Amino acid sequence: MTMQQEPVSTEDVPTVIDLSPDEARREHQEQMARQEAERKDGALLQVRGLSTHFNTPDGVVQAVDDVSFEVGFGETLGLVGESGCGKSVTALSIARLVPDPPGRIVAGEIMFDGIDVLKLDSDEMRKLRGKEIGFIFQDPLTSLNPTLTIGYQIAESIREHMGLSQKAASDRVVDLLGKVGIPRARDRLDDYPFQFSGGMRQRVMIAIALSCDPKLILADEPTTALDVTIQAQILELIQTLSEEFHTAVLLITHDLGIAAGMCDRVNVMYAGEIVETGTVDELFANPQMPYAWGLLDSLPRIDDVRGERLRTIEGLPPLLINPADACRFSPRCAYARDICREQGAQLTSRGSEAHLARCWATEPEGWIS
Amino acid sequence: MTTTVETTPTPRVTDQKVLVQVDDLKIHFPIRSGIFKTVKGTVKAVDGVSFDVRRGETLGLVGESGCGKSTIGRAMIRLREPTAGTVAFDGVDLGSLSSDALRKMRRRMQIIFQDPYGSLDPRMTVGSTVSEPIETHGLAAGQAKRDRVAELLTLVGLDPAYVNRYPHEFSGGQRQRIGVARALAVEPEFIVCDEPISALDVSIQAQVLNLLTDLRSRLGLTYLFVAHDLSVVKHISDRVAVMYLGKVVEIGPPDQLYAAPGHPYTRALLSAVPVPDPTAERKRKRVILQGDVPSPVNPPPGCRFHTRCWLYERLGQPEECRTVDPPLVAISGEHQAACHFAEESVKSDVGVAHMEERSIRHGTPTKALESLAGDAARGNGNQGDPLQTPGGAMEALAASLGAHLPSPGAPVADLGAPGSSAGVPGPDPEAPNVDPQPPAPGTRPS
Repeated sequence: MTMQQEPVSTEDVPTVIDLSPDEARREHQEQMARQEAERKDGALLQVRGLSTHFNTPDGVVQAVDDVSFEVGFGETLGLVGESGCGKSVTALSIARLVPDPPGRIVAGEIMFDGIDVLKLDSDEMRKLRGKEIGFIFQDPLTSLNPTLTIGYQIAESIREHMGLSQKAASDRVVDLLGKVGIPRARDRLDDYPFQFSGGMRQRVMIAIALSCDPKLILADEPTTALDVTIQAQILELIQTLSEEFHTAVLLITHDLGIAAGMCDRVNVMYAGEIVETGTVDELFANPQMPYAWGLLDSLPRIDDVRGERLRTIEGLPPLLINPADACRFSPRCAYARDICREQGAQLTSRGSEAHLARCWATEPEGWIS
Repeated sequence: MTTTVETTPTPRVTDQKVLVQVDDLKIHFPIRSGIFKTVKGTVKAVDGVSFDVRRGETLGLVGESGCGKSTIGRAMIRLREPTAGTVAFDGVDLGSLSSDALRKMRRRMQIIFQDPYGSLDPRMTVGSTVSEPIETHGLAAGQAKRDRVAELLTLVGLDPAYVNRYPHEFSGGQRQRIGVARALAVEPEFIVCDEPISALDVSIQAQVLNLLTDLRSRLGLTYLFVAHDLSVVKHISDRVAVMYLGKVVEIGPPDQLYAAPGHPYTRALLSAVPVPDPTAERKRKRVILQGDVPSPVNPPPGCRFHTRCWLYERLGQPEECRTVDPPLVAISGEHQAACHFAEESVKSDVGVAHMEERSIRHGTPTKALESLAGDAARGNGNQGDPLQTPGGAMEALAASLGAHLPSPGAPVADLGAPGSSAGVPGPDPEAPNVDPQPPAPGTRPS
């Protein structure tokens, strides 16, 4: 379950040994070195061996099981899968928002910018949420408070986390609303969510998410409730703003098209596990896991030749109560052999260091390699 | 350009005879407010729409939410009274029929709804849901009726043994199959599919979409396929109509409409659809429409799209667009668009520049298909389709294999669920979700 990551350690940052009297130049070099270190260590967020379980009357549902990945500074990582695969629970676990009970993080480590998130007390956690980590949820109507004005809701986290005066906070709100493309922002501060359309509400959500210059945005199906033309607007907005502010994005989506257009790297999840991970190009050009093949095959595409029958994945995802030590996809897999049903596969490398897959068949010595 | 790979029992006939004719249909909803519920305005949900649906054809109706596509679908089987205009089914004006005659006519037209949770009565078993229309129309009784229900369930890929189960015991995809079986119970000619797969997961969507195309060719059905997803509509439709704000703005065969859209709105829609291909995503030319769809209470004058139109801006805001509502005019053959500057739109490459039609999808790699084909050759022998093109034969083989793969004994699926009947032999490809876990959303306590 290792994903070949280097632990974040501040000692690794190379010290600049430059005795040049030119302060400015030295500062610049220091900055370059810091950036270099960031690139080397790579990870803003490191999730290692995360398991989140839910207690239900029928048993313990292992919604997320031993999931490890990392998100680099300014990187957009996609978490792709169908309903119930554990992608949202993964994001909620990172923000420690899993309802407890019934849910519980039973194992793992989450390092966010050098902080061990799972060891924080609730006060420290509250400081992290909203300030360092922003959120965009699927349904902008239910995630905004209908009884508070838009201006108040955006200013709330600014006042809470940045300690700005009322005037300064209000200016910042107007500035943010302008950035997310809401016209005549100053006139709309006293409006309530119902006075905004779905797309506009999602823009407000993005303004709230960005309000305290977070390092990471957790975007959980941010455009699923929106029409396709509005979806395009919102995705473009997330993309330009995350580039502008160098914000990392963990983008959760069921839509492979969105993942292809937005992400640097993609994790495919199935039944609580990551089954394939790689750069967006590797994953879409050379997928290495029958579930990923099935997902790509079963999508009707706008650039398809018409009339071809879709290849489907038959069956349903398994229940996640006491899953056996077997490949969880094997009951639906056309390529499964005995080993798949007897032993779970590991995430192993496929060609490049970043491209890993969990599949016996596509291992170098497998029967499809 | 229909089926290359699909193995069709009977070839599809799309004759030119009109089955349903919609003529200048208008559906307006009054807005009432105040204590006396006085009418303060009207929502012009559908505002003067005309088109035909031909026998055996699938007409796709696409547009964004609130454009009036579902309202038209309902009006076409008279679930909604039109404010003006007519819907004629097989030459008979539905508005002229008595309620008794209308009920008889309804036997010939059915609807499949979007929400597989809300559209089935949670207190009725699958058997009673499917047999209700048979009873209503007096088509069969007793053993004949039970046989018919079993036949219908088999037809949609469900095990007839489930006849006494309740909707909450099924997954979303299976429920949608029940909805299809109910619609087919009266042997209709015409089915309105109102966003039938929008509520389903990707892999389940494909299963239901394949079911609908199979049934169409097997039973010679005519569909009106209402959806917001342009890729799905292209996949299933013989002709596509694009709606914006209560009007049809473009209609035509998908090959022409998707390759050279004559309406700037169609181009904008196409450019907004994400494609699961990073390379194509990088090189495509997008037009991001500004703002939201205007209110149908007070649609803009002239062309309704001009307030958001990129072509209008590019052409220097011609006055015509603001003053004259453009009619649908032919671009070529059957392809019509309602734009004053349709030729300009056809010439543009906005929105479709990235589209190069491919015959090989890059999901399953060839080597995997070869391994499957190898297994098949050893196990089941060849499927009878001589290798004409390596790719095509592979595809066909894999597709037919996909359909006939024995639902494996599901050693994982039924773990921890001892009562589960996963692995039940039968036509049902989905492991039955009979466990109370996960709690089925949308079920009401009975």
